[in-house]
Amino acid sequence: MYKILEKKVMSETVKLMKIKAPLVAKKAVAGQFIILRIDEKGERIPLTIADYDRKEGTITVIFMEVGKTTKQLGTLNVEDSLLNFAGPLGQPSEIEKYGTVVCIGGGVGIAPLYPIVKELKQAGNYIISILGARNEKLLMLEKEIEGLSNELHICTDDGSKGQKGFVSDVLQKLIDDKTKINIVWAIGPVIMMKVVANLTKKYDIKTIVSLNPIMVDGTGMCGGCRVSVGGENKFACVDGPEFDGHLVDFDNLMLRNRRFICEEEESCKLAGV
Amino acid sequence: MAVRKTKHEMPEQKPKDRIKNFNEVPYGYDTKTAIEEAKRCLQCKNRPCVDGCPVEIDIPDFIKQIAEGNIDEAVKVLKTKTSLPAVCGRVCPYENQCEGECTLLKIGEPVAIGRLERFLADYERKKGVKIPKKAKLTGKKVAVVGAGPAGLTCAGDLAKMGHGVTVFEALHAPGGVLMYGIPEFRLPKKIVNSEVDYIKKLGAEVRYDMVVGKTITVDELFEDYDAVFIGTGAGLPRWLRIPGENLDGVYSANEFLTRVNMMGAYRFPEYDTPVKIGKVVATFGAGNVAMDCARTSLRLGAEKAYIIYRRSEKEMPARNEEIHHAEEEGVIFKLLTTPVKFYGDEKGILKEVECLKMKLGEPDESGRRRPVPIEGSNFKIKIDTALVAIGQSPNPLIPQTVKGLKMGKWGNIDTDEDGRTSILGLFAGGDIATGAATVILAMGAGKRAARVIDKYLKSKK
Repeated sequence: MYKILEKKVMSETVKLMKIKAPLVAKKAVAGQFIILRIDEKGERIPLTIADYDRKEGTITVIFMEVGKTTKQLGTLNVEDSLLNFAGPLGQPSEIEKYGTVVCIGGGVGIAPLYPIVKELKQAGNYIISILGARNEKLLMLEKEIEGLSNELHICTDDGSKGQKGFVSDVLQKLIDDKTKINIVWAIGPVIMMKVVANLTKKYDIKTIVSLNPIMVDGTGMCGGCRVSVGGENKFACVDGPEFDGHLVDFDNLMLRNRRFICEEEESCKLAGV
Repeated sequence: MAVRKTKHEMPEQKPKDRIKNFNEVPYGYDTKTAIEEAKRCLQCKNRPCVDGCPVEIDIPDFIKQIAEGNIDEAVKVLKTKTSLPAVCGRVCPYENQCEGECTLLKIGEPVAIGRLERFLADYERKKGVKIPKKAKLTGKKVAVVGAGPAGLTCAGDLAKMGHGVTVFEALHAPGGVLMYGIPEFRLPKKIVNSEVDYIKKLGAEVRYDMVVGKTITVDELFEDYDAVFIGTGAGLPRWLRIPGENLDGVYSANEFLTRVNMMGAYRFPEYDTPVKIGKVVATFGAGNVAMDCARTSLRLGAEKAYIIYRRSEKEMPARNEEIHHAEEEGVIFKLLTTPVKFYGDEKGILKEVECLKMKLGEPDESGRRRPVPIEGSNFKIKIDTALVAIGQSPNPLIPQTVKGLKMGKWGNIDTDEDGRTSILGLFAGGDIATGAATVILAMGAGKRAARVIDKYLKSKK
């Protein structure tokens, strides 16, 4: 059993949990994820690691309540436990000194971006962060990322905070202003990552995206998470979750992520969440 | 009295009933039938059946005890060589092993060794399993990676020998393929659990959520353990590599079966993991896994379940019993047929598969006649779900994370006959060493490895 040590409500639908999992914390690095299962009848769901503390033996996850399992998870409290918590899974982010790195986080995608920004900063990069969300309430970790960034840009769809518009608008402006960008990290909704990757492709700026397909085992066994990358099928769980954004077939990913939408609704309705 | 030429029938659920439930198909022998069947055994001096058994069970000896009505004694004989008899008694390909060597084949059907084994295991489980006396503890510790058939067998044998054993399992449940792969109606999960309990009672500890290579490395295991056995199986699905394979509705057999068996999707929404199959399901491949897929889809409510296979009936790799059961249940076999393309609708949902007719040509390297496409024979079948069951490759996770480990040609770990790898103290067996094979071969490998690990530990002061 894996105990919840801390819970924070980030916004109406986004929650943070710090979970005791010393072995996972010992190995975790930026870019990786965990698979958890709440109880005996539960689903295995992947969540990207938002932070880790090796000394404390904890992993922090930040999740948006989108389906039955994340909604149920959101109802748990400090001292409650999860039945299963396996990881760290997937390949770590390739952290090195690139020069200037633009780190783009959209919505709940800001959470997994945070440890990456941290490690990129430690590696001596110049960090330009762009954080975006639908509105001010859905923005998160702004302070934390600001502290690590040389420049921070905020944008919201409705203009309730920062610039009104999308992260790609800010990125376009940076490019137009002749900012020298060595690499871009973009994590957020699939459509955001697609738009960013399409933009940077035009300017030949390498772009890393972190994908979140449906998974079952998370260890390379089922292939449910397969994504087409450069025309070749890759498993996000073992080959990713980070890939070269210019090679990813985002449309197929979006299609595959809708596979169980009806079942998800049925499940939520039945559970009353 | 002349020997009866045929096996005693094992009662089972009728096809029209069983395709509506996930309960086990055969009911098993009662004691009287088991004794009658055991009496068919000729007690041959040369014991050909034992040679056919990968775990060297003393088959004529346990059969003799059954024939004499000494059921408890028979159980004891059986359990000296296997810790998982209830599993073997259900999923072994007997016809190619023990029963395939039976002298009675000369006059008719072999002794139903598999059914007798199953009878004993079920008898014992109902009665309450006795734990054998443990050997004196040796103080040596072994880490076993993977709680599948190879790992569990190895762990059980090492524990009996008095070694401290910890099994590291990546998933949340034990059994490996016995749990995620083989369906409930063929191998009830409570039987797997009780076999695992037995191994735990022998003294082995099982730890879950331990993805060796990620959560902990093999090198780290060596800090705490005197030897390590890898039995991580062949879990990497193979694909058809044809257009449309990423459409919504195409699953690997592994994903489909894991959802249904291990995650309990057949009881969705009581269980959270869903699976959806629509009305027409095509399974590609004709091994045991393919039969499991087709039969499972019928139980989930499919109106039509096809097996699509590029060779002919003779080459189908599944056990006879599985093919027979699938036929009885109404699975439609489209043989000498190969898929070339999947088609979806505008939303990317699978609608059709285009196939080609095949004919058999010259034998290939496997000795089976190579299927050759018949040009222009293309045709389409409307389907809602495609299940790809054309085999699995060894799991790459461990090989990728152990430095200096010698690998074989197919991503398998290279070992000698007894499971020694290129690294001292590191052993491997089962599908990870041989490539995808059977439960019983994996168990045999686990057994042999336990023996050489014991020897290794004793030599290492």
